Amino acid sequence: MDSRGYNSPAISAELEQPPIAMEAETPASEDPGRKRRVHGMLKLYYGLNEEGKADEEPQSLDPCDINGPHFDPEHYLNKLRKECSLAELMDQETCMVKQIRSLDSDMQTLVYENYNKFISATDTIRKMKNDFKKMEDEMDCLSANMAAITDFSARISGTLEDQHAQITKLSGVHTLLRKLQFLFELPARLNKCLELQAYSQAVSSHRRARCVLQQYSHMPSFKGIQDDCHAIMDKLAQELRQKFRDGGSSAKDLSECVELLLQLDEPAEDLCEKYLNHAGSRLELDLQSLEAEIRPSPPGPALKDSSTRRPSPSVTVGSPPDGTAKTSALPSPSSNTDILEFIDRGCNEFVSSLCLVITSYQELFVNHAQTGELASKNIPQMANSKLHAFVDDLAARYFSLVERRIKEEKGVADNSLLVRALDRFFRRLQAVAKLLPGSSVPQQGTEIVIRAATERVKQYLAALQSFYMDSLTDVRQALATPRLSLAAPGAGSHFGGSTSGRDAPSSLPELLSSLSASILNQIKSVLASVHLFTAKDITFSNKPYFKGEFCCQGVRESLVVSFIKFVCQSSRQFCESAGDKGGSTPPALLLLLSRLCLDYETSTISYILTLTDEQFLAQHHNPVTAVTALCAEAREAAQKLLNHYVKVQGLIISQMLRKSVETRDWVNTIEPRNVRAVMKRVVEDTTSIDVQVGLLYEEGVRKAHSSDSSKRTFSVYSSSRQQTRYAASYTPSAPMDTNLLSNIHKLFSERIDIFSSVEFNKVSVMTGIIKISLKTFLECVRLRTFGRYGLQQIQVDCHYLQMYLWRFVSDENLVHFLLDEIVGSSAHRCLDPAPMEQSVIEVICERG
Amino acid sequence: MEDDAPVIYGLEFQARSLTAQTAETDAIRFLVGTQSLKFDNQIHIIDFDDENNIINKNVLLHQAGEIWNIGASPADKEVLTTCYNKTSDSRVVSCAAVWRMPTNWETGSHESPDDSAHNPQTLELLCHLDDSAHGNAACVLWEPMGDGKRVISLADNHVLLWDLQESSTQATISSTAMLEGKGQLKFTSGKWSPHHNCSQLATASDTAIRGWDLRTMNQIYCIDNAHGQLVRDLDFNPNRQYYLASCGDDCKVKFWDVRNIQEPIKTLEEHSHWVWSVRYNHSHDQLVLTASSDSRLILSNMVSISSEPFGHLVDDEDLSDGEDNHQEDKCKEPLKDSVVSTYEEHEDSVYAAEWSSADPWLFASLSYDGRLVINRVPRTLKYQILL
Repeated sequence: MDSRGYNSPAISAELEQPPIAMEAETPASEDPGRKRRVHGMLKLYYGLNEEGKADEEPQSLDPCDINGPHFDPEHYLNKLRKECSLAELMDQETCMVKQIRSLDSDMQTLVYENYNKFISATDTIRKMKNDFKKMEDEMDCLSANMAAITDFSARISGTLEDQHAQITKLSGVHTLLRKLQFLFELPARLNKCLELQAYSQAVSSHRRARCVLQQYSHMPSFKGIQDDCHAIMDKLAQELRQKFRDGGSSAKDLSECVELLLQLDEPAEDLCEKYLNHAGSRLELDLQSLEAEIRPSPPGPALKDSSTRRPSPSVTVGSPPDGTAKTSALPSPSSNTDILEFIDRGCNEFVSSLCLVITSYQELFVNHAQTGELASKNIPQMANSKLHAFVDDLAARYFSLVERRIKEEKGVADNSLLVRALDRFFRRLQAVAKLLPGSSVPQQGTEIVIRAATERVKQYLAALQSFYMDSLTDVRQALATPRLSLAAPGAGSHFGGSTSGRDAPSSLPELLSSLSASILNQIKSVLASVHLFTAKDITFSNKPYFKGEFCCQGVRESLVVSFIKFVCQSSRQFCESAGDKGGSTPPALLLLLSRLCLDYETSTISYILTLTDEQFLAQHHNPVTAVTALCAEAREAAQKLLNHYVKVQGLIISQMLRKSVETRDWVNTIEPRNVRAVMKRVVEDTTSIDVQVGLLYEEGVRKAHSSDSSKRTFSVYSSSRQQTRYAASYTPSAPMDTNLLSNIHKLFSERIDIFSSVEFNKVSVMTGIIKISLKTFLECVRLRTFGRYGLQQIQVDCHYLQMYLWRFVSDENLVHFLLDEIVGSSAHRCLDPAPMEQSVIEVICERG
Repeated sequence: MEDDAPVIYGLEFQARSLTAQTAETDAIRFLVGTQSLKFDNQIHIIDFDDENNIINKNVLLHQAGEIWNIGASPADKEVLTTCYNKTSDSRVVSCAAVWRMPTNWETGSHESPDDSAHNPQTLELLCHLDDSAHGNAACVLWEPMGDGKRVISLADNHVLLWDLQESSTQATISSTAMLEGKGQLKFTSGKWSPHHNCSQLATASDTAIRGWDLRTMNQIYCIDNAHGQLVRDLDFNPNRQYYLASCGDDCKVKFWDVRNIQEPIKTLEEHSHWVWSVRYNHSHDQLVLTASSDSRLILSNMVSISSEPFGHLVDDEDLSDGEDNHQEDKCKEPLKDSVVSTYEEHEDSVYAAEWSSADPWLFASLSYDGRLVINRVPRTLKYQILL
């Protein structure tokens, strides 16, 4: 409540109690209002209203407010009389009487209670008055006693004063004498120390005496001592320096040595220099021994190599198939120590002694100097910069050695070795980083690791590529060797033995599956090897580079994606570089590669990339090559290869047909008795191509055959059309007439693109090949002139082709059309066009 | 000139041979030789009326045999050569001859163009270019821009250089060269270079292209395996003396710099079957016309290897026509090689295509079924080249 308003007089606090107590008895309903009012009135009574000003102000002006300070009874009565009825006045009166009564009783209670309190307060005050009187007496007594004690004490000290002065003087003399004795004994002591090689003791002794000697050096005796000491100390310093220079002593001795020399005011810069030189020469030895390992074996040891060669690292690593063993079998240039051993030695010898040097150096020149008086001379800074230069220089040489060694690590098989080596290398450098916080050494170390990793990825890519090319060569050989190469399982064994039926003849599907399986295996093993770089237990794997860029750019892009691109590209090259003769690449290989690329497009690429992404958990920050782009590329390659296959096969058959047309004298040929051998050959070859394609590609859709495809006759050309053409007399006025029929025919048949793109199925491929062959036939026929029997021979040949070729193509009308054209053209080019009877043709063809 | 639509003309016979009348620089005129074994063969003289888009034709009889190759004299409008097949006693022999057109062929046909009863006139034989010792003639080449006195005929594996005397009525062999090698070598085609004072010849045989020096009659270069298959035709760039275009059965058109014959400088693979003919435009050598047995004719704009790789930089030296094409020189961005247009008006293999000698923006193509199509360079391209 307002209690914080009145706490100045103690009594007001007391007065507060009663109304509260009284409140408790009053009905709770009008509690707050009434309490306030009572309070207000009491306050008014005691003249304490200044606190409650804010509360009272609004009511204060109203003279009719019975509780307000400006209450005017006269005014109030008048107002009541004017405004109220008699009954109301009566009520008002009773109410007022009741209020007055209750106020009276409140007043009485308050007065009574306060009276009691006054009484007890008076009692207490009286009692206190008595007690104070007693205390005053005792205090007087105490002060009298104290005065007596002071008096005594003064008397005692007066008597003892003389003796005390004497004792003090004596003890002073004693100390001085001891000091003098120390000074006089100092040379001897120093000598003894020197003898015992207790250098530190000597130095500390000398240090203690040095100042005094310096101060009293004008006195001859002291001067003598000082000179003696100097001589001895010089000798000592000499000895220390000698020891320092010898370098035979341990690091601890050395540091002790330096410490002493520092205390002897030897210039710190020189010492730093010397110390570092000294340490440097020892580290140099380490480096040299490392360097010796890098190229120890020019020709001489290389010859020994084959006999003394330790088991190849690839065996221990166990990175899988024969393919890698083949690549790793290339003698690695430094055969004496493997890289792990090398790095181990580097770490143990060079890096650890470097760390030792750094610690002791820092101990000596940086930390120690900071505490001593040398700190003022900026020695820590100087020493630090010297150390940095020193470490940087040595580390640079060490790094160049390591890098050289890493570069020699060409074999791809032993990746875990390299990773472990790099890990160790990196880990040890962390120690240096801790010791020398500002140094660029760890940074450079990280860069080396990164370079090594990227280099390694490149090597893997190259290895994959060469593996791929080797596999292709193997496939080529397998294709070249005759089918029944039961005695040559070697071809199969190149593919990691993944094919179970390696004894079986290497048929196309098997070759394909083994090829793609071995490539996939190879990719997987390479991924596994590369994965070592990001293994959890490798220190550098949590560097941001290895978490992000390495996974994404290094592995995914420049390894996996590059390899897939390489496959596509090399496939495409087969189409281009093989020359237009198509001689160098066996067609079967083209077909096989085309299928391979198509398989890549449908499944393998996404599989490989998913695998990669899973293994390397790459978050691709930079845009990466999309699967779809790669698939498109693969598909394009597949298409190109297949087109090229069609072209090559078509050209082979074309060549046969062309030779057969060009080399014959068609005017003077004899009556046909059988189908020319070349046509049989064409059909045979087409059949075998069909089988070959069927091994790798699905059948595909073809248009429905007419029921008697093979029986179809060339009625159009043999009678009606030919007649129309030749019957037309020479009519220059109607140029279009003669060609009308043939033109109408062409109008309704679609234009045939001869060397067009084919679809990925057998029928389409075969259609392409046959189209090319027959078009060649047609063009060749048009360049020749035929006699009667020449024409008939062509009729027979075409019928024969008709009988066999329709089954290979998607739309047999195509074959019909082209053969029609051939026979039509040869009839046109015939001097004596007398077609053969269809029945005869059939008989001849049946006969074969 | 306003209409870009092609004009088509049909012959009654099959035909392979087409040439522009080289000496004619005013009228647009082409000569077509037919192939028929049964009827008298003809030479159609096709006049194109550019203004009205109308074709006028005249027919001359060529009774000696079916025509495989035709060439017009660069000096005399009325003189031409043909290579033709003659059948006698069940033997087919290829011959070559120089002919003169009758002087009044033009007036004769104009009177009654539709009169089929009209008897066409016959060519007048000037002389044979035959030498029985040298085998079958494949083609005859006139000396480009010459005075019509020198021709070369290619017969089997011989190059024969003829001098025509006494107004072409007499031909004597002035020098010969022979292609030697394994197997039966035969020239398929050839081209007399207009450069180097007309002292060079390029020939095609099998897959190789050979260059010859006509002064010594020695081979000067040989592009082996220029095409994967047979080389069908050649043409020299009229403005760049070392540049040569070739085409063949591998569906490709290749452009060569004969100073470096290891690799073609450019290869086009637009056709889907053998390419039978390749022709540079006489004035604007970026325009190259190719005809193929896929029944298509393709006009390509080979700017990058033309004499005007940055567009029209210098004034045209109009080699074939007197038209003034002087335009202000303008530097342009290097333009890209592209296929300008593919013409699909033919239904059969197109064996020949020729630029007109009178109008550099006009060309004719001939397919086996006897259809002759006259087309123009698209106007946008024309203006692009000119401006």
